[in-house]
Amino acid sequence: MSVRQAMLALLEQGPMYGYQLRAEFEDRTGSTWPLNVGQVYTTLSRLERDGLVEAAGTDEEGHALYRLTEQGRTELSAWFSTPVRRTQPPRDELAIKLALAVTITGVDVPAVIQAQRSATLRALQDYTRLKQGSREEGPPALAWSLVLDSLVFAAEAEIRWLDHCEARLARSAREHAASGAATGQGPAAGRHARPVTGGERR
Amino acid sequence: MTAVLDIRDLTRVHGAGAARVVALRGVSLTVAAGELVAVMGPSGSGKSTLLTIAGGLDSPTSGTVSVEGTDLGSLSRSALSALRRRSVGYVFQDFNLVPALTAAENVALPRELDGERPSRARAAAVAALEEVGIADLADRFPDDMSGGQQQRVAIARAVVGQRRLVLADEPTGALDTETGEQVLALLRGRCDAGTGGVLVTHEARHAAWADRVVFLRDGVVVDETRSDAAEVLLDARKR
Ligand SMILES: Nc1ncnc2c1ncn2[C@@H]1O[C@H](COP(=O)(O)OP(=O)(O)OP(=O)(O)O)[C@@H](O)[C@H]1O
Ligand SMILES: [Mg+2]
Repeated sequence: MSVRQAMLALLEQGPMYGYQLRAEFEDRTGSTWPLNVGQVYTTLSRLERDGLVEAAGTDEEGHALYRLTEQGRTELSAWFSTPVRRTQPPRDELAIKLALAVTITGVDVPAVIQAQRSATLRALQDYTRLKQGSREEGPPALAWSLVLDSLVFAAEAEIRWLDHCEARLARSAREHAASGAATGQGPAAGRHARPVTGGERR
Repeated sequence: MTAVLDIRDLTRVHGAGAARVVALRGVSLTVAAGELVAVMGPSGSGKSTLLTIAGGLDSPTSGTVSVEGTDLGSLSRSALSALRRRSVGYVFQDFNLVPALTAAENVALPRELDGERPSRARAAAVAALEEVGIADLADRFPDDMSGGQQQRVAIARAVVGQRRLVLADEPTGALDTETGEQVLALLRGRCDAGTGGVLVTHEARHAAWADRVVFLRDGVVVDETRSDAAEVLLDARKR
């Protein structure tokens, strides 16, 4: 996450001090990406070194304030006008885990998928509850609800992908069984094929 | 406290011989007052079968279903119909509206059959249509409405009055995301007010409104997101 650009964006509203920047950030993003004050001050001093912010005196309580420089403003507008890079997808542990699970014998892949689906759905339940709970108005509340929506959409996409993986694996297992076991038995049964079990008598 | 819906060891076999399909095998599910449970699973996993049996529209091959403590298997045909009209709201996957009746008449029908004065039944129907955002379509016939509008009439019919149990089969299938969310908020609201609800859905974002999500696969419950039982009990006590 880009703490640097976030600080510049917040300072666009006017001079602020470190704690205040952190509070403003969390007003908009909840504690989704927690930010410690140390991180804020380190970032501020780097931004000052690079000429993007400058000291702006102190407030009545003696907090050291920072404000955006002209150069900082230029950098900020460049950030907003440049799309976030998607060419190098971030390393995704789940995708890697499944990619490995399907190639290693002895892993119960459907169980891996179901465990993840349950966990992701539980997270989705939490986000939904948070969304219902936030009835505040105003721009920071709106920002926070958009961040929640982003988490909701990401979780939803992950579950959809897991459904897809499961269906794809089931199909591949059926094709495998059909090509292995079909000794003049005709084509593999259709979509609703179910295993023939003689075991149920209930 | 009695569960609004208590399903024990439910099995349902369709057909016989080569066409024999075991749609459900040994499914148990309890829904408390104030609880919304979502059921997810691939196509053909038995979700609609489970819901129709829970609503008394189909009978189990074995196992029991109780609604508010009454074993549906012990009821006469007419007692079962009365319980369905009074206590159970049902949203069908294919809406199931009466084409010869307007939206308001469709929604008012179960209450009128129950002997409520037509004017009162209509007022309640219009209020329910209002809640799903289509009060202006009260006098339209189903054939003159879009799929999403018909679906909302079906939802209004299921939640009108004081239903103790609402069973909804893919109630958001024909709706855009915004309207879908609105319908979920409505269902959630009913449950928060004490109704028990079961929601069948393919959409994770809609299932996420539930207190608990049950996963069906080939007629078996394979997994369930934990519900905070203590929280449910506390909520129930507050009422
Ligand atoms: N009346 C019936 N006669 C024979 N088989 C049936 C009947 N109703 C359902 N089935 C079978 O029972 C199984 C479960 O069907 P059900 O309609 O409950 O699935 P579902 O989970 O609701 O699927 P979908 O997501 O497609 O609506 C399927 O294999 C279906 O073909
Ligand atoms: Mg169905």
